[in-house]
Amino acid sequence: MQHFLIGNLKWSSLPHEWFTIAGTLTFVMLALVVIVVITYTKRWKWLWKEWLTSVDPKKIGIMYFIAGGAMLLRGGLDALMIWLQQSLSSGSSHGYLSSDHFQQIFTAHGNIMVFFVAMAFVFGLINYIVPLQIGARDLASPFMNTLGFWMFIGGIVMVNMFFVFGGQYAATGWLAVQPLAAKQFSPGTGVDYWVWSLMISGIGTTLGAINFIMTILKMRAPGMKLKMMPLFTWGSLCSMVMAVTIFPLLTATLFLVYFDRALGTHFFTTLGGGDPMMYTNLIWMWGHPEVYVLILPAFGVFSEVVSTFSRKPIASYTSAVWGMIGVSSLALSVWLHHFFTMGASADVDAFFGLMTMIIAVPTSVLVFNWIATMYKGKIRFETPMLWFMGFVSVFAIGGISGVMLAVPPADFQLHNSLFLVAHFHSTVIGGVLFGIFCAISYWFPKFTGIRLNQRIGKYAFWCWIVGFCMSFIPMYILGFLGASRRLDHYDSSTGWQPFFIMMLIGGLIIALGVALQLAQILASFIQKNRVSNDPWDGRTLEWAAASPPQFYNFTTIPEVTSRDAYLTMKQQGLPKPTYEDIHMPKSTSVGVYIAGFATLASFGFVWDIMWLVVISMIGILIVFVRRGYDEHSEYVLTAAEIQKLEEARAKKEKELPPVTDNETIEDMGIIELIRVVLSFFLDAIRNKRWRKA
Amino acid sequence: MSGINTKSRSRGWPAWIFILPVIDFVLLIRYLLRGKNVALFNPKGVIAQQQHTLMMFTLGILLAVAIPTLFVLFYFAWKYRESNTKTKHAPESKHGRSLVLRMWLLPVTIMVVLASVMWPATHKLVPQRAIASGTEPLTIQVISLRWKWLFLYPEQQIASVNFVQIPLNRPVTFEMTADETPMSSFWIPNLGGQLYTMTSHVNRLNLMATKAGDYPGSSAEINGMGFAGMKFTARAGSAQNFDNWVQSVKQSPDSLDTTAYNKLLQPSENNPAAFYSSYEPNLYADVILKYTGPGGHTH
Repeated sequence: MQHFLIGNLKWSSLPHEWFTIAGTLTFVMLALVVIVVITYTKRWKWLWKEWLTSVDPKKIGIMYFIAGGAMLLRGGLDALMIWLQQSLSSGSSHGYLSSDHFQQIFTAHGNIMVFFVAMAFVFGLINYIVPLQIGARDLASPFMNTLGFWMFIGGIVMVNMFFVFGGQYAATGWLAVQPLAAKQFSPGTGVDYWVWSLMISGIGTTLGAINFIMTILKMRAPGMKLKMMPLFTWGSLCSMVMAVTIFPLLTATLFLVYFDRALGTHFFTTLGGGDPMMYTNLIWMWGHPEVYVLILPAFGVFSEVVSTFSRKPIASYTSAVWGMIGVSSLALSVWLHHFFTMGASADVDAFFGLMTMIIAVPTSVLVFNWIATMYKGKIRFETPMLWFMGFVSVFAIGGISGVMLAVPPADFQLHNSLFLVAHFHSTVIGGVLFGIFCAISYWFPKFTGIRLNQRIGKYAFWCWIVGFCMSFIPMYILGFLGASRRLDHYDSSTGWQPFFIMMLIGGLIIALGVALQLAQILASFIQKNRVSNDPWDGRTLEWAAASPPQFYNFTTIPEVTSRDAYLTMKQQGLPKPTYEDIHMPKSTSVGVYIAGFATLASFGFVWDIMWLVVISMIGILIVFVRRGYDEHSEYVLTAAEIQKLEEARAKKEKELPPVTDNETIEDMGIIELIRVVLSFFLDAIRNKRWRKA
Repeated sequence: MSGINTKSRSRGWPAWIFILPVIDFVLLIRYLLRGKNVALFNPKGVIAQQQHTLMMFTLGILLAVAIPTLFVLFYFAWKYRESNTKTKHAPESKHGRSLVLRMWLLPVTIMVVLASVMWPATHKLVPQRAIASGTEPLTIQVISLRWKWLFLYPEQQIASVNFVQIPLNRPVTFEMTADETPMSSFWIPNLGGQLYTMTSHVNRLNLMATKAGDYPGSSAEINGMGFAGMKFTARAGSAQNFDNWVQSVKQSPDSLDTTAYNKLLQPSENNPAAFYSSYEPNLYADVILKYTGPGGHTH
């Protein structure tokens, strides 16, 4: 009976170790603060109506950013904990973490950074920018988008749930290597949390990807042929096509893992005819393309930024497009390079080594293309361009080490060493993360209508660059010294400790960079320097929309006649806005409910509480069917209403301070920011402002 | 990037001042590396030597492309910056077809060069390939256990844990499998690259030491709680040295009977080296049969 009611949950599943108690307390406190603030400011209804149930891709994009930013802090803390342990744990000292706990932390670090930081930002960007770039008012299926987003949030909930129930996460590496993740070797619920967190967020990703492919293929503005699409849209399209190809594979693989663990099947076990190498193949067939899913949109961002800031069209548009298509199609045939060391035959190894080298060709073409775009340009070095320069420098290191790893005999030495870890951090930090930062500093004026503080942004950039070199150059060296990854302890005679300490210092410098980025955003909102709709002299359609765009994106859908659509429009004179009736989707809470039920079902699966699973499934079914019969999911926004909205906006804009696009305005420095923030709080305390609110 | 940073230029900092921290960093790393076993640059066996050469060759070719590329990047960034009035900007200018051709041809050429070296090297250095040498290879059977390495010497009928002695200049074939242990990876960086050890699979890794010494070995693949402590020493010495060691192990009071092996099967961490004067002759075959069943496959 007890098992029926609460499954495998026991008293000991509740938090009782320092990190689970601390984690639980942190989450509870955060939730309390949020609840108090929202209740106090009476914003519940606003939050629910304007944000949580919104189907506006721009709002969903912002919510992806917030979730990704929060997870970046969470995953970054994991990184610092890993490095602290490794810098302490030499010789007779065993550091402050048990090996099991250490292994859980690096597993969580990897999962969070890839799935809930990089994916979050990439999906946020695509949500916000792609519809604007192709001149669309909305996505092909706004409902699918909100559903995908909330499934993704369900994944975040599940990946953090272990703090409260169970107290342990998977200790298996971020891809849960088999048979280590089998029930025999990992009996706890940690791996189950891993399975179900990736399961529901992965389904969300599949839904999102299908939606974006449909949107890009079917909803472009009149006149925009495929070969006129902005390169960020191209990168997103390639990335999403790959995501649709591989994420179902991940879902299927996760189901097999679940069957092995819960039903006692033998797909990946060592006994009973299973083979762990089958898992290794399946997971990397998904896992390798996954990193290209992340990086292709970033390549798109860099293409836009280099072109805009050099005031030149991209040197060879066709090469850039074929480069991206090349990367995305080749990405599906290189997975085996992750395990040359399994002992396959020389032909197999050589084939996959060759494919991996070939994929470096389109990637190099893209880099050369960007450099050629700068040739004879008129280059402005705003922060987006700095991130681009940082990206090429760091990504070059990552590319070199990547091709070295692609040579199978060299890989036998470098595989599983810290060299490998340094390699993929160079590509993912240098490529994906810098791409995201580049994109955010580029499109921030579009998101908010205000200028992003360049001064603090430059400090943050240099912290990232210096911190990166301090952390990852020693990591490459440790690889050469023969240090394998994931070590929670090593002999003092190895002489590795100074390098681990350098890595920790580098990590702290990066943490300072992140803090400065938060300060940068805060300072921008304090100063609120208004910018025009087109502060960078942009080339693509998103700059034609207002900043921030109206919820219907464009008053008049633009006619596209060339690649740099907006640039052409500016040269030929902007058309006069005309108003017409448009269909807009209604907000819907169905996504929230379905994802909520899916999360509950996952929780039931993790703890073997079958009544919860059944009820949640029925719940999903009911909500879904009801949605199917809802014939009022859209409404008509009449031309008159739009005209009113536009006029109201124009009137409001006149009351605001004037636009400040010029370079002479002074950005707030870090000291002034501290002064402003301190005086705000001092003032609040002195005058008891919370009473007057 | 110094050229771009106009603010620091206006303060009158010379550009080369930015090179100082880089030099300091390099010197610091050089200092920290003094007297350290930089295993991958310090090969002590034929395989490690060839892998090192291949690695350096690849690195050299790639640097030969990457350094000029980065140089051009920074040069363009400096030369075509907006504030530079001395250069000719041509905004909105377009490029010809020859650029596209060069853009594709350069990486294709590099990859053809690299691949033409990689393909034969991969075949030559595939781990299961026996090393050509005048002497008969020595076979050592390896079983990865939680969390220690068991070495069986079928010719000598001795066994050891976390310590393996090999003769110099004689090829050694490690036949590797695992028992009740998640996938591990057998790695002696000074002697050559790693290979996975898995239950139901037999992987063969051929190595040959050319210089005497004690070399650290470990599991490079995470396999549970005791992963970091799953280390062993590989001692390479002369043939005489090897024979002496075999004789001394034969004197060991311990023998690896079923009870002793079952005890080894129990998970344990940070195990010291242990030596057994004999072992059950069918041990290795039984461990494989346990997972494949009779008629199972190995490769």
